[in-house]
Amino acid sequence: MAETDGKASLMSARPPAADAGRAPRLSPNAGAVADAVDNDIEDAIIDIQGLSLWYGKAKAVENVTMRVPRRQVTALIGPSGCGKSTLLRCLNRMNDLIPGVKVAGAVTLNGEDIMAPAIDPVEVRRHVGMVFQKPNPFPKSIYENVAFGARINGYQGNMDELVRFALERAALWDEVKDKLKQSGLALSGGQQQRLCIARAIAVQPAVVLMDEPCSALDPIATQRIEDLMRELAKEYTIVIVTHNMQQAARVSDRAAFMLAGDERIGRLVEYRHTEDLFTNPRDQRTEDYITGRFG
Amino acid sequence: MPREAYHRDLTAIQERVLALSARARRAVEESVLSFRAADLVWSHRIDVEDEQINEERLAIEERCIAIIAAQQPVAVDLRRLASTLFITSEIERIADHAVGIARINLMMAPETPPRPLSYLPSMADRALAMFDDAMRAFDTDDVSLARQVCQSDDDLDRLQDRVYTDVIEAMRADANVVERNTYLLWAAHNLERIGDRCTNICERVVYTVTGEMKDTDPSTF
Repeated sequence: MAETDGKASLMSARPPAADAGRAPRLSPNAGAVADAVDNDIEDAIIDIQGLSLWYGKAKAVENVTMRVPRRQVTALIGPSGCGKSTLLRCLNRMNDLIPGVKVAGAVTLNGEDIMAPAIDPVEVRRHVGMVFQKPNPFPKSIYENVAFGARINGYQGNMDELVRFALERAALWDEVKDKLKQSGLALSGGQQQRLCIARAIAVQPAVVLMDEPCSALDPIATQRIEDLMRELAKEYTIVIVTHNMQQAARVSDRAAFMLAGDERIGRLVEYRHTEDLFTNPRDQRTEDYITGRFG
Repeated sequence: MPREAYHRDLTAIQERVLALSARARRAVEESVLSFRAADLVWSHRIDVEDEQINEERLAIEERCIAIIAAQQPVAVDLRRLASTLFITSEIERIADHAVGIARINLMMAPETPPRPLSYLPSMADRALAMFDDAMRAFDTDDVSLARQVCQSDDDLDRLQDRVYTDVIEAMRADANVVERNTYLLWAAHNLERIGDRCTNICERVVYTVTGEMKDTDPSTF
Protein backbone atom coordinates (compact mmCIF):
# COMPACT_ATOMS: atom_id res chain seq x y z
CA MET A 1 0.00 0.00 0.00
CA ALA A 2 2.84 2.38 0.73
CA GLU A 3 4.55 4.10 -2.17
CA THR A 4 2.07 2.82 -4.74
CA ASP A 5 -0.74 5.24 -5.34
CA GLY A 6 1.23 7.41 -7.74
CA LYS A 7 -0.39 10.65 -6.61
CA ALA A 8 2.81 12.62 -6.75
CA SER A 9 6.29 12.06 -8.05
CA LEU A 10 7.61 12.06 -4.47
CA MET A 11 5.46 9.02 -3.88
CA SER A 12 6.56 7.02 -6.90
CA ALA A 13 7.14 3.41 -6.05
CA ARG A 14 10.32 3.16 -8.06
CA PRO A 15 12.97 5.80 -8.49
CA PRO A 16 13.09 7.69 -11.79
CA ALA A 17 15.10 5.96 -14.51
CA ALA A 18 18.05 8.30 -14.11
CA ASP A 19 18.36 7.24 -10.47
CA ALA A 20 17.44 3.62 -10.90
CA GLY A 21 20.80 1.98 -11.27
CA ARG A 22 23.77 1.87 -9.00
CA ALA A 23 24.75 5.47 -8.68
CA PRO A 24 27.10 5.83 -5.76
CA ARG A 25 28.07 9.43 -6.30
CA LEU A 26 30.68 9.45 -3.63
CA SER A 27 31.87 12.74 -2.35
CA PRO A 28 34.25 12.76 0.55
CA ASN A 29 32.70 12.84 3.99
CA ALA A 30 35.08 15.09 5.88
CA GLY A 31 37.71 13.14 7.77
CA ALA A 32 36.28 9.73 6.92
CA VAL A 33 38.67 6.80 6.53
CA ALA A 34 38.74 5.34 3.03
CA ASP A 35 36.01 2.72 2.56
CA ALA A 36 34.43 3.54 5.92
CA VAL A 37 31.49 5.16 4.14
CA ASP A 38 29.90 2.63 1.83
CA ASN A 39 27.30 4.24 -0.41
CA ASP A 40 27.18 1.44 -2.93
CA ILE A 41 23.45 0.78 -2.58
CA GLU A 42 21.46 -0.90 -5.32
CA ASP A 43 18.14 0.82 -4.69
CA ALA A 44 18.37 4.01 -2.65
CA ILE A 45 15.17 5.92 -1.91
CA ILE A 46 16.93 8.87 -0.27
CA ASP A 47 20.15 10.35 -1.58
CA ILE A 48 21.93 12.88 0.64
CA GLN A 49 24.71 14.74 -1.16
CA GLY A 50 27.21 17.01 0.59
CA LEU A 51 24.69 18.10 3.20
CA SER A 52 25.76 20.81 5.65
CA LEU A 53 23.57 22.65 8.14
CA TRP A 54 24.01 25.77 10.23
CA TYR A 55 22.04 26.96 13.25
CA GLY A 56 22.61 30.68 12.73
CA LYS A 57 26.38 31.01 12.31
CA ALA A 58 27.17 27.73 14.02
CA LYS A 59 27.77 24.86 11.67
CA ALA A 60 26.14 21.72 13.11
CA VAL A 61 26.56 19.16 10.31
CA GLU A 62 29.23 19.13 7.63
CA ASN A 63 29.31 17.58 4.20
CA VAL A 64 27.32 14.39 4.78
CA THR A 65 26.90 12.16 1.76
CA MET A 66 24.91 8.98 2.22
CA ARG A 67 22.32 6.98 0.36
CA VAL A 68 19.43 5.37 2.26
CA PRO A 69 18.29 1.98 0.95
CA ARG A 70 14.62 1.44 0.12
CA ARG A 71 12.57 -0.77 2.47
CA GLN A 72 15.36 -1.28 4.93
CA VAL A 73 16.10 0.06 8.39
CA THR A 74 18.95 2.55 8.56
CA ALA A 75 20.22 3.57 12.00
CA LEU A 76 22.03 6.79 12.86
CA ILE A 77 24.22 6.43 15.94
CA GLY A 78 26.72 8.64 17.71
CA PRO A 79 27.22 10.59 20.92
CA SER A 80 24.96 13.47 21.91
CA GLY A 81 25.53 16.54 19.79
CA CYS A 82 26.94 14.66 16.80
CA GLY A 83 24.18 15.90 14.48
CA LYS A 84 22.26 12.66 13.98
CA SER A 85 18.85 14.10 14.93
CA THR A 86 19.62 17.21 12.90
CA LEU A 87 20.40 15.02 9.90
CA LEU A 88 17.22 13.01 10.48
CA ARG A 89 15.14 16.17 10.57
CA CYS A 90 16.61 17.26 7.23
CA LEU A 91 14.98 14.23 5.64
CA ASN A 92 11.49 15.69 6.07
CA ARG A 93 12.46 19.35 6.37
CA MET A 94 11.54 19.55 10.03
CA ASN A 95 14.51 21.90 10.47
CA ASP A 96 12.58 24.46 8.41
CA LEU A 97 10.57 25.06 11.59
CA ILE A 98 13.67 26.29 13.45
CA PRO A 99 14.49 29.99 12.90
CA GLY A 100 17.95 30.73 11.48
CA VAL A 101 18.60 27.28 10.03
CA LYS A 102 20.53 27.24 6.78
CA VAL A 103 21.09 24.10 4.72
CA ALA A 104 23.52 23.46 1.87
CA GLY A 105 23.75 20.36 -0.28
CA ALA A 106 20.98 18.18 -1.63
CA VAL A 107 18.50 15.59 -0.37
CA THR A 108 16.51 13.70 -2.96
CA LEU A 109 13.55 11.38 -2.38
CA ASN A 110 12.96 9.05 -5.29
CA GLY A 111 15.23 11.31 -7.31
CA GLU A 112 13.31 14.50 -6.52
CA ASP A 113 15.03 17.32 -4.65
CA ILE A 114 13.03 17.78 -1.44
CA MET A 115 15.06 20.87 -0.49
CA ALA A 116 14.01 22.75 -3.61
CA PRO A 117 12.16 25.99 -2.80
CA ALA A 118 9.22 24.95 -5.00
CA ILE A 119 8.61 21.82 -2.93
CA ASP A 120 6.05 22.25 -0.16
CA PRO A 121 7.56 20.95 3.12
CA VAL A 122 4.10 19.79 4.24
CA GLU A 123 3.95 17.58 1.15
CA VAL A 124 7.43 16.24 1.95
CA ARG A 125 6.26 15.33 5.47
CA ARG A 126 3.30 13.45 4.02
CA HIS A 127 5.75 11.16 2.25
CA VAL A 128 8.32 11.14 5.03
CA GLY A 129 6.54 10.62 8.35
CA MET A 130 8.08 10.99 11.77
CA VAL A 131 7.79 9.30 15.16
CA PHE A 132 9.29 11.14 18.12
CA GLN A 133 11.09 10.19 21.30
CA LYS A 134 8.08 10.74 23.53
CA PRO A 135 4.74 9.34 22.38
CA ASN A 136 2.58 12.34 21.47
CA PRO A 137 -0.95 11.20 20.61
CA PHE A 138 -3.51 13.91 20.06
CA PRO A 139 -6.07 14.33 22.87
CA LYS A 140 -8.59 12.57 20.67
CA SER A 141 -9.96 9.07 20.30
CA ILE A 142 -7.74 6.25 19.08
CA TYR A 143 -9.72 6.24 15.83
CA GLU A 144 -9.36 9.99 15.30
CA ASN A 145 -5.64 9.89 16.05
CA VAL A 146 -5.15 7.53 13.14
CA ALA A 147 -7.69 9.16 10.83
CA PHE A 148 -6.55 12.72 11.51
CA GLY A 149 -3.70 12.98 9.03
CA ALA A 150 -5.56 11.20 6.25
CA ARG A 151 -8.61 13.38 6.79
CA ILE A 152 -6.72 16.70 6.51
CA ASN A 153 -5.02 15.29 3.41
CA GLY A 154 -8.47 14.85 1.88
CA TYR A 155 -8.49 11.05 1.94
CA GLN A 156 -11.55 9.87 -0.03
CA GLY A 157 -11.43 6.14 0.65
CA ASN A 158 -13.02 4.05 3.37
CA MET A 159 -11.72 5.59 6.59
CA ASP A 160 -12.66 2.57 8.74
CA GLU A 161 -10.55 0.36 6.52
CA LEU A 162 -7.64 2.79 6.57
CA VAL A 163 -7.73 3.02 10.38
CA ARG A 164 -7.78 -0.73 10.67
CA PHE A 165 -4.98 -1.06 8.09
CA ALA A 166 -2.75 1.39 9.96
CA LEU A 167 -3.48 -0.09 13.39
CA GLU A 168 -2.79 -3.59 12.09
CA ARG A 169 0.49 -2.48 10.55
CA ALA A 170 1.40 -0.88 13.87
CA ALA A 171 0.58 -4.17 15.67
CA LEU A 172 -2.01 -2.38 17.80
CA TRP A 173 -5.33 -3.47 16.24
CA ASP A 174 -5.96 -6.51 18.42
CA GLU A 175 -5.43 -4.46 21.57
CA VAL A 176 -7.67 -1.53 20.66
CA LYS A 177 -10.26 -2.80 18.18
CA ASP A 178 -12.97 -2.80 20.86
CA LYS A 179 -12.19 0.65 22.22
CA LEU A 180 -11.50 2.80 19.18
CA LYS A 181 -13.53 5.66 20.68
CA GLN A 182 -11.42 5.69 23.84
CA SER A 183 -8.88 8.50 24.20
CA GLY A 184 -5.44 7.76 22.78
CA LEU A 185 -4.02 9.23 25.98
CA ALA A 186 -5.57 6.37 28.00
CA LEU A 187 -3.21 3.84 26.38
CA SER A 188 0.08 2.69 27.92
CA GLY A 189 3.31 4.38 26.80
CA GLY A 190 4.21 1.55 24.44
CA GLN A 191 0.69 1.49 22.99
CA GLN A 192 0.77 5.28 22.57
CA GLN A 193 4.02 5.00 20.61
CA ARG A 194 2.50 2.32 18.36
CA LEU A 195 -0.53 4.60 17.93
CA CYS A 196 1.85 7.34 16.77
CA ILE A 197 3.39 4.86 14.32
CA ALA A 198 -0.12 3.98 13.08
CA ARG A 199 -0.82 7.70 12.70
CA ALA A 200 2.35 8.11 10.65
CA ILE A 201 1.51 5.11 8.47
CA ALA A 202 -2.09 6.17 7.87
CA VAL A 203 -1.00 8.88 5.43
CA GLN A 204 0.81 6.19 3.44
CA PRO A 205 4.34 7.55 3.60
CA ALA A 206 7.31 6.09 1.75
CA VAL A 207 9.67 6.72 4.65
CA VAL A 208 9.16 6.72 8.42
CA LEU A 209 11.74 8.59 10.51
CA MET A 210 12.05 7.58 14.15
CA ASP A 211 13.91 9.78 16.62
CA GLU A 212 14.75 7.64 19.67
CA PRO A 213 11.33 5.98 19.52
CA CYS A 214 11.96 3.66 22.48
CA SER A 215 13.86 5.83 24.91
CA ALA A 216 10.71 6.53 26.97
CA LEU A 217 9.53 2.91 26.92
CA ASP A 218 10.11 -0.11 29.15
CA PRO A 219 12.02 -3.14 27.79
CA ILE A 220 8.89 -5.09 26.78
CA ALA A 221 7.35 -2.13 24.94
CA THR A 222 10.77 -1.49 23.37
CA GLN A 223 10.93 -5.07 22.10
CA ARG A 224 7.49 -4.71 20.51
CA ILE A 225 8.51 -1.53 18.72
CA GLU A 226 11.74 -3.19 17.55
CA ASP A 227 9.79 -6.18 16.19
CA LEU A 228 7.41 -3.74 14.55
CA MET A 229 10.28 -1.90 12.85
CA ARG A 230 11.42 -5.13 11.22
CA GLU A 231 7.86 -5.83 10.03
CA LEU A 232 7.35 -2.29 8.74
CA ALA A 233 10.60 -2.43 6.78
CA LYS A 234 8.92 -4.92 4.43
CA GLU A 235 6.80 -2.02 3.13
CA TYR A 236 8.42 1.19 4.31
CA THR A 237 11.86 2.70 4.52
CA ILE A 238 12.79 3.40 8.12
CA VAL A 239 15.50 5.71 9.40
CA ILE A 240 16.03 5.60 13.15
CA VAL A 241 18.14 7.69 15.49
CA THR A 242 19.06 5.77 18.60
CA HIS A 243 21.45 6.13 21.51
CA ASN A 244 21.06 2.43 22.17
CA MET A 245 23.76 0.77 20.11
CA GLN A 246 22.41 -2.70 20.77
CA GLN A 247 19.09 -1.55 19.39
CA ALA A 248 20.82 -0.28 16.25
CA ALA A 249 22.61 -3.63 15.98
CA ARG A 250 19.35 -5.55 16.45
CA VAL A 251 17.00 -3.67 14.15
CA SER A 252 18.98 -2.00 11.40
CA ASP A 253 20.28 -3.23 8.07
CA ARG A 254 22.75 -0.39 7.73
CA ALA A 255 24.23 1.88 10.36
CA ALA A 256 25.81 5.31 10.17
CA PHE A 257 28.15 6.58 12.87
CA MET A 258 28.39 10.35 13.28
CA LEU A 259 30.78 12.27 15.47
CA ALA A 260 31.42 15.91 16.29
CA GLY A 261 34.99 17.01 16.99
CA ASP A 262 36.15 19.74 19.36
CA GLU A 263 34.64 22.36 17.07
CA ARG A 264 31.24 20.63 17.59
CA ILE A 265 30.54 20.04 13.91
CA GLY A 266 28.89 16.70 13.22
CA ARG A 267 30.36 14.54 10.46
CA LEU A 268 29.62 11.12 9.04
CA VAL A 269 32.49 8.87 10.10
CA GLU A 270 31.33 5.44 8.99
CA TYR A 271 28.33 4.04 7.13
CA ARG A 272 28.12 0.36 6.29
CA HIS A 273 26.10 -2.80 6.70
CA THR A 274 25.22 -2.98 10.39
CA GLU A 275 26.82 -6.38 10.86
CA ASP A 276 30.11 -5.11 9.42
CA LEU A 277 30.06 -1.89 11.42
CA PHE A 278 29.49 -3.70 14.71
CA THR A 279 31.86 -6.61 14.16
CA ASN A 280 34.68 -4.96 12.28
CA PRO A 281 34.49 -1.17 12.01
CA ARG A 282 36.93 0.45 9.60
CA ASP A 283 37.45 3.72 11.43
CA GLN A 284 39.18 3.73 14.81
CA ARG A 285 36.75 6.41 16.04
CA THR A 286 33.82 4.09 15.38
CA GLU A 287 35.65 1.26 17.14
CA ASP A 288 36.40 3.46 20.15
CA TYR A 289 32.80 4.66 20.41
CA ILE A 290 30.98 1.36 20.02
CA THR A 291 33.36 -0.44 22.37
CA GLY A 292 32.94 2.30 24.97
CA ARG A 293 36.53 3.53 24.85
CA PHE A 294 35.36 7.08 24.64
CA GLY A 295 32.09 8.91 24.96
CA MET B 1 31.51 7.55 29.63
CA PRO B 2 34.34 5.08 28.96
CA ARG B 3 33.38 1.63 30.26
CA GLU B 4 36.28 1.17 32.67
CA ALA B 5 34.95 -1.78 34.69
CA TYR B 6 34.11 -3.64 31.49
CA HIS B 7 37.59 -3.08 30.08
CA ARG B 8 39.13 -4.20 33.35
CA ASP B 9 37.09 -7.41 32.99
CA LEU B 10 38.45 -7.93 29.48
CA THR B 11 42.03 -7.41 30.67
CA ALA B 12 41.47 -9.85 33.54
CA ILE B 13 40.24 -12.52 31.09
CA GLN B 14 43.34 -12.00 28.94
CA GLU B 15 45.57 -12.48 31.99
CA ARG B 16 43.75 -15.66 33.02
CA VAL B 17 44.21 -17.10 29.53
CA LEU B 18 47.93 -16.34 29.65
CA ALA B 19 48.18 -17.97 33.08
CA LEU B 20 46.34 -21.04 31.76
CA SER B 21 48.72 -21.24 28.82
CA ALA B 22 51.70 -21.13 31.20
CA ARG B 23 50.30 -24.16 33.05
CA ALA B 24 49.66 -26.01 29.80
CA ARG B 25 53.18 -25.19 28.63
CA ARG B 26 54.67 -26.59 31.82
CA ALA B 27 52.59 -29.73 31.38
CA VAL B 28 53.93 -30.24 27.84
CA GLU B 29 57.53 -29.62 28.88
CA GLU B 30 57.29 -31.92 31.90
CA SER B 31 55.49 -34.64 29.96
CA VAL B 32 58.40 -34.91 27.53
CA LEU B 33 60.96 -34.75 30.35
CA SER B 34 59.11 -37.47 32.30
CA PHE B 35 58.89 -39.54 29.12
CA ARG B 36 62.64 -39.19 28.51
CA ALA B 37 63.35 -40.04 32.14
CA ALA B 38 60.73 -42.86 32.17
CA ASP B 39 59.58 -41.28 35.41
CA LEU B 40 56.17 -42.82 36.12
CA VAL B 41 55.44 -40.79 39.25
CA TRP B 42 56.08 -37.57 37.38
CA SER B 43 53.89 -38.67 34.45
CA HIS B 44 51.10 -39.64 36.83
CA ARG B 45 51.25 -36.22 38.48
CA ILE B 46 50.88 -34.50 35.07
CA ASP B 47 47.79 -36.61 34.41
CA VAL B 48 46.23 -35.71 37.77
CA GLU B 49 47.04 -32.01 37.57
CA ASP B 50 45.34 -31.73 34.19
CA GLU B 51 42.02 -31.61 36.01
CA GLN B 52 42.91 -28.14 37.32
CA ILE B 53 43.59 -26.96 33.77
CA ASN B 54 40.23 -28.33 32.62
CA GLU B 55 38.45 -26.57 35.49
CA GLU B 56 40.18 -23.25 34.82
CA ARG B 57 39.30 -23.49 31.12
CA LEU B 58 35.61 -23.92 32.02
CA ALA B 59 35.80 -21.05 34.51
CA ILE B 60 37.28 -18.75 31.84
CA GLU B 61 34.55 -19.80 29.41
CA GLU B 62 31.87 -19.05 31.98
CA ARG B 63 33.39 -15.64 32.65
CA CYS B 64 33.50 -14.85 28.90
CA ILE B 65 29.84 -15.83 28.53
CA ALA B 66 28.90 -13.70 31.55
CA ILE B 67 30.68 -10.69 30.04
CA ILE B 68 29.01 -11.25 26.66
CA ALA B 69 25.59 -11.46 28.37
CA ALA B 70 26.10 -8.47 30.63
CA GLN B 71 28.16 -6.13 28.45
CA GLN B 72 27.08 -7.08 24.94
CA PRO B 73 30.50 -6.43 23.44
CA VAL B 74 30.95 -5.40 19.82
CA ALA B 75 33.78 -4.95 17.32
CA VAL B 76 37.26 -5.90 18.56
CA ASP B 77 35.97 -6.74 22.05
CA LEU B 78 33.45 -9.20 20.61
CA ARG B 79 36.07 -10.72 18.32
CA ARG B 80 38.49 -11.03 21.24
CA LEU B 81 35.97 -12.74 23.50
CA ALA B 82 34.78 -15.09 20.73
CA SER B 83 38.43 -15.92 19.98
CA THR B 84 39.19 -16.37 23.66
CA LEU B 85 36.48 -19.02 23.96
CA PHE B 86 38.14 -20.92 21.13
CA ILE B 87 41.75 -20.29 22.20
CA THR B 88 41.06 -21.40 25.76
CA SER B 89 39.70 -24.66 24.42
CA GLU B 90 42.82 -25.11 22.26
CA ILE B 91 45.08 -24.48 25.26
CA GLU B 92 43.20 -27.06 27.27
CA ARG B 93 43.65 -29.55 24.44
CA ILE B 94 47.37 -28.78 24.27
CA ALA B 95 47.46 -29.79 27.92
CA ASP B 96 45.55 -32.95 26.93
CA HIS B 97 48.36 -33.78 24.50
CA ALA B 98 50.78 -33.44 27.41
CA VAL B 99 48.60 -35.89 29.31
CA GLY B 100 48.65 -38.12 26.23
CA ILE B 101 52.45 -38.27 26.34
CA ALA B 102 52.41 -38.84 30.11
CA ARG B 103 49.93 -41.71 29.72
CA ILE B 104 52.03 -43.29 26.97
CA ASN B 105 54.87 -43.36 29.49
CA LEU B 106 52.57 -45.02 32.02
CA MET B 107 51.23 -47.53 29.47
CA MET B 108 54.74 -48.46 28.38
CA ALA B 109 55.83 -49.49 31.88
CA PRO B 110 57.67 -51.56 32.79
CA GLU B 111 59.22 -51.00 29.37
CA THR B 112 61.16 -47.76 28.93
CA PRO B 113 61.23 -45.50 25.85
CA PRO B 114 63.66 -46.54 23.11
CA ARG B 115 67.09 -44.97 23.03
CA PRO B 116 67.81 -42.69 21.30
CA LEU B 117 64.50 -40.80 21.14
CA SER B 118 65.05 -39.84 17.52
CA TYR B 119 63.82 -36.30 16.86
CA LEU B 120 61.28 -36.30 19.72
CA PRO B 121 63.25 -33.78 21.85
CA SER B 122 63.59 -31.51 18.79
CA MET B 123 59.85 -31.81 18.19
CA ALA B 124 59.19 -30.86 21.81
CA ASP B 125 61.46 -27.80 21.50
CA ARG B 126 59.77 -26.79 18.25
CA ALA B 127 56.23 -27.29 19.64
CA LEU B 128 57.03 -25.32 22.79
CA ALA B 129 58.55 -22.48 20.72
CA MET B 130 55.40 -22.39 18.59
CA PHE B 131 53.24 -22.31 21.72
CA ASP B 132 55.34 -19.50 23.23
CA ASP B 133 55.10 -17.46 20.02
CA ALA B 134 51.37 -18.13 19.63
CA MET B 135 50.66 -16.87 23.14
CA ARG B 136 52.97 -13.87 22.66
CA ALA B 137 51.02 -13.05 19.48
CA PHE B 138 47.79 -13.41 21.48
CA ASP B 139 49.10 -11.18 24.26
CA THR B 140 50.43 -8.43 21.98
CA ASP B 141 47.98 -8.68 19.05
CA ASP B 142 50.96 -9.41 16.79
CA VAL B 143 49.49 -10.53 13.46
CA SER B 144 52.89 -10.84 11.81
CA LEU B 145 54.15 -13.20 14.53
CA ALA B 146 50.88 -15.17 14.38
CA ARG B 147 51.33 -15.73 10.65
CA GLN B 148 54.96 -16.82 11.19
CA VAL B 149 53.81 -19.42 13.71
CA CYS B 150 51.33 -20.83 11.19
CA GLN B 151 54.05 -21.09 8.57
CA SER B 152 56.47 -22.78 10.97
CA ASP B 153 54.08 -25.69 11.55
CA ASP B 154 55.62 -27.44 8.53
CA ASP B 155 58.95 -27.66 10.40
CA LEU B 156 57.26 -29.65 13.14
CA ASP B 157 55.59 -31.91 10.57
CA ARG B 158 58.99 -32.54 8.94
CA LEU B 159 60.46 -33.56 12.28
CA GLN B 160 57.59 -35.99 12.82
CA ASP B 161 58.37 -37.50 9.40
CA ARG B 162 61.96 -38.03 10.50
CA VAL B 163 60.82 -39.73 13.69
CA TYR B 164 58.61 -41.99 11.59
CA THR B 165 61.51 -42.89 9.26
CA ASP B 166 63.83 -43.60 12.20
CA VAL B 167 61.19 -45.73 13.92
CA ILE B 168 60.51 -47.81 10.80
CA GLU B 169 64.25 -48.39 10.35
CA ALA B 170 64.64 -49.41 13.99
CA MET B 171 61.69 -51.81 13.72
CA ARG B 172 63.12 -53.38 10.58
CA ALA B 173 66.47 -53.86 12.28
CA ASP B 174 65.11 -55.35 15.48
CA ALA B 175 61.65 -56.86 15.91
CA ASN B 176 62.05 -56.65 19.70
CA VAL B 177 61.75 -52.84 19.67
CA VAL B 178 58.49 -52.65 17.70
CA GLU B 179 56.27 -52.01 20.72
CA ARG B 180 58.49 -49.36 22.33
CA ASN B 181 58.93 -47.57 19.01
CA THR B 182 55.18 -47.56 18.42
CA TYR B 183 54.83 -45.67 21.69
CA LEU B 184 57.43 -43.22 20.44
CA LEU B 185 55.34 -42.59 17.32
CA TRP B 186 52.28 -41.85 19.48
CA ALA B 187 54.26 -39.37 21.55
CA ALA B 188 55.49 -37.69 18.35
CA HIS B 189 51.92 -37.50 17.09
CA ASN B 190 50.86 -35.67 20.27
CA LEU B 191 53.60 -33.09 19.75
CA GLU B 192 52.61 -32.67 16.10
CA ARG B 193 49.02 -31.96 17.15
CA ILE B 194 50.26 -29.27 19.54
CA GLY B 195 51.64 -27.48 16.47
CA ASP B 196 48.20 -27.68 14.83
CA ARG B 197 46.58 -26.21 17.95
CA CYS B 198 49.10 -23.35 17.96
CA THR B 199 48.18 -22.68 14.32
CA ASN B 200 44.51 -22.55 15.31
CA ILE B 201 45.29 -20.11 18.12
CA CYS B 202 47.19 -17.87 15.72
CA GLU B 203 44.36 -17.89 13.19
CA ARG B 204 42.11 -16.50 15.94
CA VAL B 205 44.70 -13.86 16.82
CA VAL B 206 44.61 -12.73 13.17
CA TYR B 207 40.79 -12.70 13.34
CA THR B 208 40.78 -10.70 16.57
CA VAL B 209 42.99 -8.00 15.13
CA THR B 210 41.85 -7.86 11.49
CA GLY B 211 38.35 -9.35 11.48
CA GLU B 212 39.50 -11.83 8.79
CA MET B 213 38.27 -15.34 9.57
CA LYS B 214 40.16 -17.80 7.41
CA ASP B 215 42.37 -20.85 7.59
CA THR B 216 46.05 -20.43 6.93
CA ASP B 217 47.40 -22.08 3.80
CA PRO B 218 47.05 -25.83 4.18
CA SER B 219 50.22 -27.62 5.17
CA THR B 220 52.25 -29.36 2.50
CA PHE B 221 52.32 -32.34 4.87
